[in-house]
Amino acid sequence: MANPSLTKIALLGNPNSGKSSLFNHLTGLNQKIGNFPGVTVEKKTGLCPLPDGDTVEIIDLPGIYSIYPRSLDEQIVAEVLLDHHSITTPDRIIVIVDGTNLKRGFLLLTQIIDLGLPTILALNMMDLAAKAGISYDFNSLSRELGVPVVPINARNGVGLEELKRQMGQPLDPPNKQIFGVWKETDAAVKEIRATLSVDNDYEAYQFLEQPSSLKFLSAQNQQTVSRIRSDFNFIPGKFQGAETIQRYGFIQDLLNTITLKASDNSWKKYSTRLDKILLHKFWGYLIFFVLLILIFQSVFAWATVPMDLIDGAFAGISSYLSSVLPEGALSSLIAEGLIPGIGGIMMFIPQIAILFAFISILEESGYMSRVVFLMDKIMRKFGLNGKSVVPLMSGVACAIPAIMATRTIDNWKERTITILVTPLMSCSARLPVFTILIALIVPEQKALGFFSLQGLVLMGLYLLGFIAAILSAWLMNLLIKVKERSYLIMEMPTYRIPKWSNVGYTILEKTKTFVIEAGKIIMAISVILWVLASYGPGDSIARAREMVLQTSENQRLSEQALNDKIAAYKLEHSYAGIIGKAIEPVIKPLGYDWKIGIALITSFAAREVFVGTMATIYSIGSVTDDDSTTIKERMREEINVDTGGKRFTPAVGFSLLVFYTFAMQCMSTIAVVYRETNGWKWPMIQLVYMTLLAYLSAFIVFQLLS
Amino acid sequence: MAGGSKNVAEMHPGEVGIVAGFTDEYLSLKLMEMGCLPGSAIRFNFTAPLGDPVCISVSGYELSLRLEEAAAIRILN
Repeated sequence: MANPSLTKIALLGNPNSGKSSLFNHLTGLNQKIGNFPGVTVEKKTGLCPLPDGDTVEIIDLPGIYSIYPRSLDEQIVAEVLLDHHSITTPDRIIVIVDGTNLKRGFLLLTQIIDLGLPTILALNMMDLAAKAGISYDFNSLSRELGVPVVPINARNGVGLEELKRQMGQPLDPPNKQIFGVWKETDAAVKEIRATLSVDNDYEAYQFLEQPSSLKFLSAQNQQTVSRIRSDFNFIPGKFQGAETIQRYGFIQDLLNTITLKASDNSWKKYSTRLDKILLHKFWGYLIFFVLLILIFQSVFAWATVPMDLIDGAFAGISSYLSSVLPEGALSSLIAEGLIPGIGGIMMFIPQIAILFAFISILEESGYMSRVVFLMDKIMRKFGLNGKSVVPLMSGVACAIPAIMATRTIDNWKERTITILVTPLMSCSARLPVFTILIALIVPEQKALGFFSLQGLVLMGLYLLGFIAAILSAWLMNLLIKVKERSYLIMEMPTYRIPKWSNVGYTILEKTKTFVIEAGKIIMAISVILWVLASYGPGDSIARAREMVLQTSENQRLSEQALNDKIAAYKLEHSYAGIIGKAIEPVIKPLGYDWKIGIALITSFAAREVFVGTMATIYSIGSVTDDDSTTIKERMREEINVDTGGKRFTPAVGFSLLVFYTFAMQCMSTIAVVYRETNGWKWPMIQLVYMTLLAYLSAFIVFQLLS
Repeated sequence: MAGGSKNVAEMHPGEVGIVAGFTDEYLSLKLMEMGCLPGSAIRFNFTAPLGDPVCISVSGYELSLRLEEAAAIRILN
């Protein structure tokens, strides 16, 4: 993935410093998302052409305040910066600092300078600084720090030509040392430098300070570092506060020298005024609530048309391929396994794109940190964190990007609980299942004159998922016994008009992640399911046509009806059908028969498969070929052989709805949780918990209603 | 890490003070990195509608803190 011949330039800076704008401007659409070697954190890289014809590779590192890590994201950055001798070591670093207030960005900058990597300082938002009446002496700044300084405005690209020109120039490591390691630790630092041949004092000092950021060292070298740490009685963290104070002392002196004109805070006036409304005890919550409704409404209203188009297109491709490809196992695998599998993934792209457009706008504008501020106290009661709101909201589109969004929560316990409960939020894959079942059991009536009864039930299911998520979080909070400090020290950035191209890039990135992450698993599973549903023991599948013809000799069936009947016969006698029958005793208390059992089996990996399976089982061909009312009619006519009444009574329907609301029927989510929690423990706990919850709730619902 | 008679959680909206020190070492590391340093001026802006967290201004930045975190910052006033 990493091209070793290209110069690698890492972008580093505080959150909200405009790093992603700069990254998007430099790389355009040449972006790739990969992983840092050995760890699960996403790595965004992109290619950037320089004016002299060269091309460099830009690496976007997560936003941090200091190289002393606390969260997973920060840990990764620390490791990248400490590992000076691998093929992934950046050749140089661009530190981007908010030009309206240099102080805090300079803490990180001085740490990087001391690590001795060639560094360029990009002062961003210089337009805002100018508006606020701030001006700096750049020459003196560059001289004092020993690094090139480039003023830029990443939003509109001003200054980027100069930055690119700087990137192409040869650059030595900074010749300044801002913080000299403490006398008390000098001996230990010398020892590290001598035994491990580390280039510079501060890097060696960080080896001692950060025991958990040294995974790039060999096991033997890691042992050497711990030995030196204990030999010299070095306690990590002991001097960290003093170092911060010393650095800020230097920074204050520096700012006094280079600031030609300081700002009053009057330019923030409009932001302060907005906060008065958006964080008002009544209006604040009302606005947030209305925003939520608006978002969900648009996700469903706007996504329907493109979703139907995609769905129809793939059904078309599938039936076209079945008709042109020679009959055989391979053709059937392609037309009935792979193509619908891909279609099943693509269909969710519109909803995911729209939801992430909203989330990205809220984040870009600075409103998201206000949401955290509004919700923290409520969320904390349930063992969550204000920052859990974003993953929970994203979970309504898809749990996969939602779970990845939990990385910003630095408390391990709160992050784990958020990951565990996010899949209970009703994702877009549940929607087709809900739609068909609701249409089946809820009459098309208006409630209170203007609310559609079916719509209300659907809303109720979303609410049910949310309540289940919150209550489960509360339960897990009681069960997970970990004493870890939880805190919320968070910046409240000034409000800004979102930059639309950044919103576009975020949509692209999230959609890509979903397609790749969910895609590879859904593809694999759809092949396995195809095998289970197409093959059976003995020759029953091969003789399906014969058997159906025998039993239906006297009926004048059309060719279409006959084929549908054969398909249903095949499914019944396939491995999937056999498993469905085998689990019938277990699911009978929930009101289900073996046919629903088959649907449960096939939707184990991806819940949306339910609808397709129902269509095949009730032998009406592919749903998308016919009008979807057909499957509804067919399901409505289905008779329960035990009672003689209808199969899909309200009791069975609601039991199924509740089951699908709670069950973890998504292999991709399990895989993402495995990746994010580094093991099988949490995904397994989650699977068992959600399955039990689904089973018991469906049982109670069925028993109460029937 | 002592000093000061009052902490930030006891401040009122609009009140200004000088950071004297911290009563919690773990939090102090994070707070100082975020620009909340002994000797710097701190302004208590407002509380969240439910009374917690709170928003402060320090070193030209707006930070949100939970009440228990604000209580770890001692101020001179």
